[in-house]
Amino acid sequence: MAAVATCGTGAGSTGSVVAAGSKNHVTSFQRRGPRASGSDSSYSRLVSIAGTRPSVRNGQLLVSTGLPALDQLLGGGLAVGTVLLIEEDKYNIYSSLLFKYFLAEGIINGHTLLVASAKEDPADILQELPAPLLDDNFKKDFDEEACNHKTAESNIKMKIAWRYQLLPKMEQAGPVSSSRFGHYYDASKKMPQELIEASKWHGFFFPEKSSSTLNIEPCSLTHGYIKLLQFIQNIIYEEGFDGSNPQKKQKNILRIGIQNLGSPLWGDDICCTENGNSHSLTKFLYVLRGLLRTSLSACMITMPTHLIQNKAIISRVTNLSDTVVGLESFIGSERETNPLYKDYHGLIHIRQIPRLNNLIYDVSDVKDLAFKLKRKLFTIEWVQDNYLRQERNIYPPGFSYLLKQKDSAWGEGSLQHSTFLMSFLAKATAFASRLVRHSEPLEQTGSGRALQAAGPRLWRDGRRQEAPGLLVTPP
Amino acid sequence: RSFWKGSLASASSVSTTWTELREGLGKLTLLCDANTDGSFLVHHFLSFYLKANCKVCFVALIQSFSHYNIVGQKLGVSLTVARECGQLVFLEGLKSSVDVFFRAQAEPHPLQFLREANAENLQPLYEFVREALKPVDDGEAAWRCPVLLVDDLSVLLSLGMGAVAVLDFIHYCRATVCWERKGNIVALVHDSGDTEDEENNILLNGLSHQSHLILRAEGLATGFCRDVHGQLRILWRTPSQPTTQRDQSLTYQYKIQDKSVSFFAKGMSPAVL
Repeated sequence: MAAVATCGTGAGSTGSVVAAGSKNHVTSFQRRGPRASGSDSSYSRLVSIAGTRPSVRNGQLLVSTGLPALDQLLGGGLAVGTVLLIEEDKYNIYSSLLFKYFLAEGIINGHTLLVASAKEDPADILQELPAPLLDDNFKKDFDEEACNHKTAESNIKMKIAWRYQLLPKMEQAGPVSSSRFGHYYDASKKMPQELIEASKWHGFFFPEKSSSTLNIEPCSLTHGYIKLLQFIQNIIYEEGFDGSNPQKKQKNILRIGIQNLGSPLWGDDICCTENGNSHSLTKFLYVLRGLLRTSLSACMITMPTHLIQNKAIISRVTNLSDTVVGLESFIGSERETNPLYKDYHGLIHIRQIPRLNNLIYDVSDVKDLAFKLKRKLFTIEWVQDNYLRQERNIYPPGFSYLLKQKDSAWGEGSLQHSTFLMSFLAKATAFASRLVRHSEPLEQTGSGRALQAAGPRLWRDGRRQEAPGLLVTPP
Repeated sequence: RSFWKGSLASASSVSTTWTELREGLGKLTLLCDANTDGSFLVHHFLSFYLKANCKVCFVALIQSFSHYNIVGQKLGVSLTVARECGQLVFLEGLKSSVDVFFRAQAEPHPLQFLREANAENLQPLYEFVREALKPVDDGEAAWRCPVLLVDDLSVLLSLGMGAVAVLDFIHYCRATVCWERKGNIVALVHDSGDTEDEENNILLNGLSHQSHLILRAEGLATGFCRDVHGQLRILWRTPSQPTTQRDQSLTYQYKIQDKSVSFFAKGMSPAVL
């Protein structure tokens, strides 16, 4: 199976396409439910697309990112017509894994793929996709993983952490069927060859395309970006993802994956220069978003934001994307050796959640998320669970006795752990008893003050300050 | 049911603010958001002016028409109807960008600068606005004052325009819309905060200097909170009659709900009380 490699169509034909599209007024941004306009019929067909479901919050059609835990964090999935921007970790290990999950999910659901890269040949990327964990073999694998997890968990059934048992688990993993929304993938195995061969995909490999430098009118965009936009627009039109050219058979979703956008390999200089005159990337994103909004497609972009010198560009890029997720791996950072994070491979930051069809701007209220690549599964967990586990080791000797005593004295309750800690210290200092009763704003300063008043050097070992959950200081 | 709900004190002063805004013609209102999302203000002004029977030109650069339409319906206005009857002129930036970008050399477009390597000014956009808000003499539908609404100006910077060009654009629009036609301008600019976006700071400071009213939505300094989404500062820069209250800025905290926003004095969130 070869990638369809037609690109750079005549300007005349694309022009007429767009005119037709705009007359039709069909966008992928339509609300679920009865509407007076002529788009009802297109909607009734939308629901039947494999691997999609309508969002409960905004009625948008969602596709899975290929990682159910991430879907959940993003409000159910990635809305069709939007851009998901992944800020790469330093060595592009985990972000490329997410990228592959996204593509693999498309193959499982029979979506059309469009893979763009300046570094690797898209055909090679597809060969590296992870294998899905489907019904039977998944169950076994999952139980295995869960077992390991359970034993670890049961050992540390903490007396003090009664409150945390009530918290929702980040990820409700269970056996899956192939028709389900969102799958788990086994990072240790490769996608079966027959699945890849059966899939429909288009590859854009920049070094291949860049040779044909012909009569391009001067434009402010980098050459590679123009080519890519034309390629995407061409696919969207030819395969009828924009609704102007009705698809013959079943409607389908186009999954666009763009790797390392903004890197020097794309011929972009924002990583090299610091002056803010380069608008190529932001313009590209804007036009791409315009394309997506008017078609049945979803896009994942990974971007090496740590390379970009001009920080202003990053905030502009964030504003122009819909969803932004940052990955921060511990490899090579000082956190690698921090015992707090010994079970994790990195932190995941949900930087922006899309605002779609709603006045309310949904913000995830769980902020401290870490990821871990297990033997097979990529998991996302709330760091604080682990924090408590670690905290036992941080407590000075003899402290655990007090903790237990405190626990029994208070019985059940929903006190925050830090509040409890303060209450202990309050006894020593005899001034903080009122802090216990006060609500959150006092906690941060209050505990700090109490700690200082209590005086012992034990607390100054630095680890507490870095604990992500407890002493939250906004950046 | 009102968009602005809240405690008695805040509700009354906020509502006087709005009546002044409706009556006081020729005003430039700057909306600004820092560390939060201020688009609820844009949605409010859009529905506010449509309900007030003003002729509205909406330059929507950041979201699609259907997004604004659906939110508008929640706030009680229908953008499709308003557009059909000529009350609303809607420029959808995202869709136009595709048109402009993939189109052959052809007729001028308000967002033509997208295509040009070094566009220097926003004259086509200004001309679009001027045409859109031109007074019509046929007298069948007499709208009240014209209003220009922009969401948001920071996008123009991302699309390659300089801060000076955007300021010039607003200057021209001010001369036409505010002075000549006695209308209002409402524009949103992001406050980039500590990211050192110099162009954006020039734009923000320049507009703050010119505007009559600044509404600044800020995220809470203490971080995310479930019951308080942020605080809104209201700063009148030209008091119409000098009273003591005018000089100071007013600050309210707010919580965005499904169809409205509730305001309360600082620290007076219902969740706390």
